[in-house]
Amino acid sequence: MSVLKDKQVIALGERDGVSGPAIAAIAKAAGASVAFTATECFV
Amino acid sequence: MDLESQEKILRLSQEHDPKDLVVLIGAPDPEAAEITAETVVSGDPAFAGALAGTQLGLSVYHVLDDDVKAEVPDDVWDDQIGVMADVLEAEDLVKAVVSMRQA
Repeated sequence: MSVLKDKQVIALGERDGVSGPAIAAIAKAAGASVAFTATECFV
Repeated sequence: MDLESQEKILRLSQEHDPKDLVVLIGAPDPEAAEITAETVVSGDPAFAGALAGTQLGLSVYHVLDDDVKAEVPDDVWDDQIGVMADVLEAEDLVKAVVSMRQA
């Protein structure tokens, strides 16, 4: 079963890892919609 | 997780069928990945935000999970994730999130 296609994705990126916009871009390319994007700084 | 993000995720889970929502995590270390995953599955462990005591049970993956990568065209993957996939310990990150997904 597809993980991303036709799903609403919540992209929780992180400054020192993979950013929110990068996650959103790959989700869209996989056929998902992006419902929320954030790039957090974990402390 | 940021309090603002928790409020937004709670609202999205009320607006959409939770089965249609997928959370992708880009955290660079397993501890952060696990806490973020725990927050969207069984609630904020710090009891600080809107998701405290809220078991959303959302579907959650680390972005470096092979199941995610398999669905992304190679050129987009290389452009957007590229070097981070080599720098980060993908196996440990994926394991940390899977442990929460199956909890």
